Amino acid sequence: MSLNIVVLAKQVPDTRNVGKDAMKEDGTINRSALPAIFNPEDLNALEQALRLKETHPGSKITLLTMGLPRAAEVIREGLYRGADTGIVLTDRALGGADTLATSYSLAQAIRHLAEYDIIIGGRQAIDGDTAQVGPQIAEKLGLPQVTYAEEIKVEDGKATIKRRIENGVEVVEAPLPLVVTVNGSAAPCRPRNARLIQKFKYAATPSEKGAASEEVKKLLDTRSYLNLYEWSAAEVEADPAQIGMPGSPTKVKTVVNVVFQAKESKRIEAADDAAIEDLVKDLIANHTIG
Amino acid sequence: MANFYTDNKALKHHLTHPLMRRIVELKERNFADCEKFDYAPMNFEDAMDSYEKVLEIAGEISGEIVAPNAESVDHEGPHVVDGHVEYAEGTKKNLDALVKAGLMGISLPRRYNGLNFSLVPYIMAADMVSRADASFVNIWGLQDCAETIYEFADEDQRQRFLPRVCAGETMAMDLTEPDAGSDLQAVMLKATFNEADGTWRLNGVKRFITNGDGHIALVLARSEEGSHDGRGLSMFIYDRNDGGVTVRRIENKMGIKGSPTCELVFKNAKAELCGSRKLGLIKYVMALMNGARLGIAAQSVGVSEAAYREAYAYAQERRQFGKAIIEFPAVAEMLAVMKAKLDASRSLLYETTRFVDMYKTYEDISRDRKLEPEERTEMKYYSRLADAFTPLAKGMGSEFCNQNAYDSVQVHGGSGFMKDYACERIYRDARITSIYEGTTQLQVVAAIRHVTTGTYLSRINEYAAMEYAEEYKPLLDKLAAMTALYTEAVEAVTAQKNTEYTDFHARRLVEMAGHIIMGYLLIGDATRCECFRKSANVYVRFGEAEVTRHHKFISEFAVEDFESYKA
Repeated sequence: MSLNIVVLAKQVPDTRNVGKDAMKEDGTINRSALPAIFNPEDLNALEQALRLKETHPGSKITLLTMGLPRAAEVIREGLYRGADTGIVLTDRALGGADTLATSYSLAQAIRHLAEYDIIIGGRQAIDGDTAQVGPQIAEKLGLPQVTYAEEIKVEDGKATIKRRIENGVEVVEAPLPLVVTVNGSAAPCRPRNARLIQKFKYAATPSEKGAASEEVKKLLDTRSYLNLYEWSAAEVEADPAQIGMPGSPTKVKTVVNVVFQAKESKRIEAADDAAIEDLVKDLIANHTIG
Repeated sequence: MANFYTDNKALKHHLTHPLMRRIVELKERNFADCEKFDYAPMNFEDAMDSYEKVLEIAGEISGEIVAPNAESVDHEGPHVVDGHVEYAEGTKKNLDALVKAGLMGISLPRRYNGLNFSLVPYIMAADMVSRADASFVNIWGLQDCAETIYEFADEDQRQRFLPRVCAGETMAMDLTEPDAGSDLQAVMLKATFNEADGTWRLNGVKRFITNGDGHIALVLARSEEGSHDGRGLSMFIYDRNDGGVTVRRIENKMGIKGSPTCELVFKNAKAELCGSRKLGLIKYVMALMNGARLGIAAQSVGVSEAAYREAYAYAQERRQFGKAIIEFPAVAEMLAVMKAKLDASRSLLYETTRFVDMYKTYEDISRDRKLEPEERTEMKYYSRLADAFTPLAKGMGSEFCNQNAYDSVQVHGGSGFMKDYACERIYRDARITSIYEGTTQLQVVAAIRHVTTGTYLSRINEYAAMEYAEEYKPLLDKLAAMTALYTEAVEAVTAQKNTEYTDFHARRLVEMAGHIIMGYLLIGDATRCECFRKSANVYVRFGEAEVTRHHKFISEFAVEDFESYKA
């Protein structure tokens, strides 16, 4: 059977390459100093979607992202790897959303999309690290959810998912449709494809099309697959009270700049194997390593 | 995030050479594919943008996947399992990434699912992959062989084999045998036509076959019973799916250990004739080798780049006598000369690639329509230059690659002798570049006629007539003086009218031409980009010393002295 797969993707500042200008005086992120990238675990999610598409010919992958209009870059990155189309959910009214308002807005967009068998997202985004949005979307849509996934197989209308748990893995089954969040330990996403990058490099949302050259506009008029969707809050029939700032109960009271410092030190002799083993156990137990 | 395209300014510089507009317009036949294929460019700018985007992908895979795997691939290497090759884990991952990225069949036409790219970006990808892992480029780069199928096989064969290459199947060229190395006329592998089922069958042994277990192989075999020379050899296509060939062993090599060098046993293996009988060696292998030599020239530049970068990084980091060793003039000079040789060989590589691209594209156009007289003239002009520059780029490029690998170890000192540093692998990998696909000595054999017939000199004169930035006047004067020495030396040697004597001095003469050509190319590069200024300065001085040395040797050499060198 072919599947309608929705991949949730977020454009995030690349917090893995933080320089000294990464944070503003007030403790908020200086987005202009950090390159905007495809959230890493969302790429793991996309890879799972692409694998499902390979095993289920005829499947369609739709990328859904909420953010600024320029988040269309994330959609194109997905198209270069094998996704079919994408939607940018963008609206000034959606700005400042916490996870509750974000998951509500995305759930509305998925409802608007109507056809979906499986919704796959990364476990969490590297700018917020909450891991709440995927599960909340499942709740709002009344769908089952499986988190920390590493492999997804779909057969006979149900999904079999290997998930990473503490000290091992477990395999669970769930009916379709469902929401899956994928762990960073899953297979890395395949590279961009040379042919697809040439095919989709001019893909654009309506607002990008407005700013494009005449030549590109003509191309967009004749090649429907290059036209990406751009939805507003009203288009997905979102309740204004549940989106953006008004819909976000989370308020940042204060941000504290924490500088990590070594607090304690331990001295172990190189020859003392037992002590070294204990130290490794301690480090694993307190999540310093592992 | 290592990206071997974006971290190397020289690549974009060569990609955007002024001749690219002509190459792309010819290659794209005025962008006629745009209506038929959703990934074909609309115009020149669009095509160049695509080249660059695709090179960014190749650069990312080289930097993020292939390079980090290089060490484990070197240690693990490929194995023979049940008569077939099992690649090292890292090699499998590299191949998987490049196949998924669609980086196979890069220069093949779109009707066979290729990307129809100019040769320049393809060679550039090979340059980057080689920098990451010289052994891997041998497997990936054998897609070159598809060009031979495209050029000489019939349409049915093209349609059956080429899309498979574009989809990621690897290739091999099965030429050498235990008694037929440089001298391929001695090939004995027997091809017999089986009247019963109308197929060709191959029997015998091939040795030193790179990626010998590739999916599709071009095999040189003796189809004419009773013949003993090159005219009795034909080219065959062997499809691994048909079976009949087993890998007897994989050679245990000094370097490029990730690349399986196989001994193959053909037992009644089914194969199909490629092109016409008897033209195997004299036409097809020559074409194949020219492509392969350009590939090795690219590999040499890539390995040279890796050697230079390792040395540069180490020299900055390593402190002795209270300062970084790069601050000592002896080390700094080594690095400057390494960089100059690297930049020079890369300039020569892309100049050669453009020449090859120009004439091959014309040749391809001539399959569809008759060329206009001026097009024919241009094709011949570039074909001759390609013929003259290919052995120069391969010969001198691979020697510079070896010199840079040697100096890279030297900069590392004792540490470089240990397996802990990448320069040790690079040193071993570099060694083969001046041997396979024709040794340096054989490149000289191919190049010397362009010394005696004046191809190099007339091109040097063309370079001399080009416009350069004013500040390079002193260097240009040096090059003019070097050209005078070269002319004198050529005259002195050819005046003897003794072929053996010319062969004796051939390498010196070819190198003199090479130094002058690379000097002009670097000044041209420096005129377009400030980033080549140092290398132009260093290289012309280096070349001047070399040319002077060769000139002195030749001018003071008496014919009687020749006796001392004879066996």
